[in-house]
Amino acid sequence: MDFWSNPVKFLDDWLTGVFSGWGMAADAARVLTAFVGILVLITLVMVLDIFLVWLERKIVSRFQDRIGPNRVGPFGLIQPFADIIKLIIKENIYPVGVDKAVFNLAPVLMMMSVLLLWAVLPLTSFLGLDLNVGVLYVIGVGALGTVAIIMAGWSSNNKYALLGSFRQVAVMISYEIPMVAALLIPTIFAGSMGINSIVAAQDTWYIVLAPLAFLLFLVSATAELGRAPFDLTEAESELIAGHHIEYSGMKFGLFYASELLHAFTFGGFIAAFFFGGWRGPWVEAYPALGLFYFIVKATIAYWLFGWIKYTFPRIRIDKMLDLNWKFLVPFAFVLVPFLALMHALLRETSFYALGMFLANIALGWATIEILRRRAHGERAKVEGAVEMHG
Amino acid sequence: MTAAQIIFLITAAVILGSAFMVVTTKNLVHAALWLIVTLFGAAVLFATLNAGFIAVVQVVIYIGAIAILFIFAVMLTRRSMTDTGPGLNRGWWLSAAIALLTFGGLVWLVSGWGGFTKAAPAYPSGFDAVAALAHALVSPEAFVLPFEVASVLLLAALVGAVYIAFQRKGEE
Repeated sequence: MDFWSNPVKFLDDWLTGVFSGWGMAADAARVLTAFVGILVLITLVMVLDIFLVWLERKIVSRFQDRIGPNRVGPFGLIQPFADIIKLIIKENIYPVGVDKAVFNLAPVLMMMSVLLLWAVLPLTSFLGLDLNVGVLYVIGVGALGTVAIIMAGWSSNNKYALLGSFRQVAVMISYEIPMVAALLIPTIFAGSMGINSIVAAQDTWYIVLAPLAFLLFLVSATAELGRAPFDLTEAESELIAGHHIEYSGMKFGLFYASELLHAFTFGGFIAAFFFGGWRGPWVEAYPALGLFYFIVKATIAYWLFGWIKYTFPRIRIDKMLDLNWKFLVPFAFVLVPFLALMHALLRETSFYALGMFLANIALGWATIEILRRRAHGERAKVEGAVEMHG
Repeated sequence: MTAAQIIFLITAAVILGSAFMVVTTKNLVHAALWLIVTLFGAAVLFATLNAGFIAVVQVVIYIGAIAILFIFAVMLTRRSMTDTGPGLNRGWWLSAAIALLTFGGLVWLVSGWGGFTKAAPAYPSGFDAVAALAHALVSPEAFVLPFEVASVLLLAALVGAVYIAFQRKGEE
């Protein structure tokens, strides 16, 4: 078999062969190879995570008209290692009344809920499990993150941590609904829940066919990640920093790292669902090239999250839940049947992509028009009331 | 022993152990967390039975929604953080008897079933279990009626929840 057409399969077969050569049973050799593969993937992802710290700090400094880390190593590239050493040698503090087992388990579970997502992330056509329930799997793993946040908030024995985690969980549960609806649209277009199949079905990028679904996913994913403008738990004056107040040293580091990696992973999912994933020129001839395209697209999507984070001010929690329940959820419930219907009507025609794009524009325009009318009505009501009292 | 048997034994041990902890631990939040372990173990069992869809749905619904709801309910209950007091009340022997009877009945029922000694048949190639389930749920020959009845029930619950929480005008 040619190495470059599927390097992972090649290495997998080779390693299984080596283990079998040592006199191991075929089953055991396959299981052991799978474990080695998982270990390698997780290691690479964690190394990527280290550089995400650097990337994040560089992005924020650019948005705030600063230079960012530039002292340690070229372009400050060694800075995250200095940060990690600092975190590791910090004192490990247990506040009074901490529920130790739960307290220690929470950051691990948090990191796990992000790493599990990489099992279905379609890095290339041959890497990334094409689970036939892939989209649901993404949602299910997100549920583990919710549990981790509640565990962290409760076990800290701190009212602010508990309140922060309640807020975060309320937000995550509510924004799950528009997120699932937004993910239904690529599923309907591709006719499969397998994420690699969705990528393979994107002859036209889904951001062209469903820009509204992309926006919906971007907003709800930002809320799920708990990043600004939806980072309510970091209301410094009220709640300090939410569920991870009491964590110090590397345990806090795990929360921080998992947050950054979560954002990058969701950047990867945006790339997979809406930017055509690993697809690009010459990928048919050299499948390994897909990895490069995927990383580039995922980084662009990650930068998009950064752009949002450092541009918008924080939203108050009632406004945020209003935005979800009174706008995003009804909008999602209109969007899914509408796009499914347009997809069914236009699929066989020659102007499919253009028609879908225009349909999205029309629906977006109608939504903005309805919102504008309502806002005018509300304002007229308020002004009328002011005049009556004045 | 095959790999599937080893995985089953480990999963079963985890499920039984955590289920035992659910009913014996005195801290209610710990009980809810142990329940999550039990539910996750059930999801693993579904996954080993080639029912990937049910496994993921088990995690989404039972861990993502119901367990979180449990934890919220426990935390909103008064005095839930104090883990003193007896774990058993006067009716313990009755519930133990009912549990034993149920277990005995189940064992008696499935002991006559021949499926234990057979290996699960593999799916034919190209068979999509999720698509088959979807067709079964909306096909008139299969389960479309129970499916619709369940959706009406959920809708009724939703309307009821809105009605209870709704604040009428002029009411504080």
